Amino acid sequence: MSEYIEHDSTGVSVGVVQKQTFTFAEPPDAMELESGASLGPITVAYETYGALNAAGTNAILICHALTGDSHVAGYYSEADTKPGWWDNMVGPGKGIDTDRYFVICSNILGSCMGTTGPCHIHPETMDPYGLDFPVVTIGDMVKAQRVLLDHLGIRRLLSVIGGSVGGMQALEWAMRYPEMVESVIPLATTTRHSALAIAFNEVARQAIMADPHWAGGDYYGGETPKLGLALARMIGHITYLSDESMRQKFGRNLQDKTDFSFNFDADFQVESYLRYQGAKFVERFDANSFLYITKAADYFDLEKQYGRGSAVKAFSRAQSRFLVISFTSDWLYPTYQSRSMVQAMKKSGLDVSFCEIEAEWGHDAFLLPSMRLTTLIRSFLERIFDEI
Amino acid sequence: MRFDLRIIASWITPGARVLGLGCGEGELLYHLKKYKGVACTGIDQNEEMIAVCIQKGLTVLQGDINEEVLDYPDDAFDYVVLSQTLQQIYDPSGLIASMLRVGKKVVVSFPNFSHWRVRGQVLLTGHAPVTPELPYQWHDTPNIRVITLKDFRRYARQVGFEILKEADIHLNARGVEGKVIRFWPELFAKHGIFLIGKPGASG
Repeated sequence: MSEYIEHDSTGVSVGVVQKQTFTFAEPPDAMELESGASLGPITVAYETYGALNAAGTNAILICHALTGDSHVAGYYSEADTKPGWWDNMVGPGKGIDTDRYFVICSNILGSCMGTTGPCHIHPETMDPYGLDFPVVTIGDMVKAQRVLLDHLGIRRLLSVIGGSVGGMQALEWAMRYPEMVESVIPLATTTRHSALAIAFNEVARQAIMADPHWAGGDYYGGETPKLGLALARMIGHITYLSDESMRQKFGRNLQDKTDFSFNFDADFQVESYLRYQGAKFVERFDANSFLYITKAADYFDLEKQYGRGSAVKAFSRAQSRFLVISFTSDWLYPTYQSRSMVQAMKKSGLDVSFCEIEAEWGHDAFLLPSMRLTTLIRSFLERIFDEI
Repeated sequence: MRFDLRIIASWITPGARVLGLGCGEGELLYHLKKYKGVACTGIDQNEEMIAVCIQKGLTVLQGDINEEVLDYPDDAFDYVVLSQTLQQIYDPSGLIASMLRVGKKVVVSFPNFSHWRVRGQVLLTGHAPVTPELPYQWHDTPNIRVITLKDFRRYARQVGFEILKEADIHLNARGVEGKVIRFWPELFAKHGIFLIGKPGASG
């Protein structure tokens, strides 16, 4: 996902929030991972908004995408210039109303935004993990989220909501802990990556690994693979936009010049934009985390894991009600992928609603302010809250 | 609620499972869910309609009714409703067969093309009829199937499904009020509403 972090135009915000951490799986009780390896201790960074009601029926888990973090909404201080990544959706009176619901978001396993990942210190070597960090899966991420919720005393979730890789986690929740999840809202996501999606991820990973500073993942404390990571981000960015949105946003416009420069500087606005996005990204994200999380997304295959290749069989485990949403111009996880998951849900007798939102902004549309998306999420949550 | 939808609602037993094809703003489904405890699913192609339905707390899917209906297992619903849409379907036989597969009973309603105003216009003016119920010209009408009450009954006999109930009605301009036409409905009813059952089924 891209960054669209701006002040909410309505001026409404959940206010100042605090990132918190919880540590568990201290050896010898390390967490067993899907790969068979084990990991511990694990620290999870998380934030909560609103308050859990007495009956414990108003908790909503938000799952973030590839490069997101636990900071969904609000500000870290009065002077903070940037709100959380989904501030337009989460807050008092917003689509996910923090006056009504208790909202939790945690940073995913393998990331670099506070939760244990490859840039953290290996407890045995006392050096950063680097590639000694075990390969984690979407299932492992969800398993860690479950431990956090147990710690917070949350037994049931009114909803699990996520877009893109966050949507995969939301779907995984419905499979792994069906009895805990009243409803799921998967946005702009898929039950398994297409070859196209894997291909883009692989090129992005190759860009990182081809950077000499990557040094087999052991670069902490020295030069980091900035060029490779920036290039990976640029590739990702192209897949998050669309032909339509790029034409509207950039067209063939030149950047700060009236004619071609006849060299390899950034002539076109789109080049300049991608370079800027790449350069900005390396300041906040760890290259190894990018490798680990994209791999987890590529491995995700709900049909294979829960249905021996059948999506219908997989979804027959689920007990949640679903609101599946796709966007017309999303070519990373196109609508046909959402439709095929909806089809499987129908065949397994689940209560599922589906809406394809007309949007020109490509895959990123799920992050952008949209009255349609806000209304759909708000109404669906109200319905589920009334029905339980 | 519209008069024709009230009739359909009265035919549906409380607590039933209902699939509404081309559900629009979900007027009927909302009524059934709220007042009759019916488990409803709606299908409509239009994003705006889907949003309106979700705002009403309904379960709805955006898609083509001809394709979406194929996904359900046999007898997944007690009733499948196709209200005022049959005349716009390219393959009505296929759709009715699908509806009778996924539903135990099926409700269809359509404008009656043998109403006296329709007959009169063809006979007297020589033009394709344009009426308040069928307000389109030949070149822009979505109503590609010309159905009369008699045609539908004959079709039922031919295909072998059973007509369990029939209401031939007059609807006023806004549709809110109407009445059942008992005298010569083929000529005086503007719409027909049929409750049909699978071939061989009765009651």
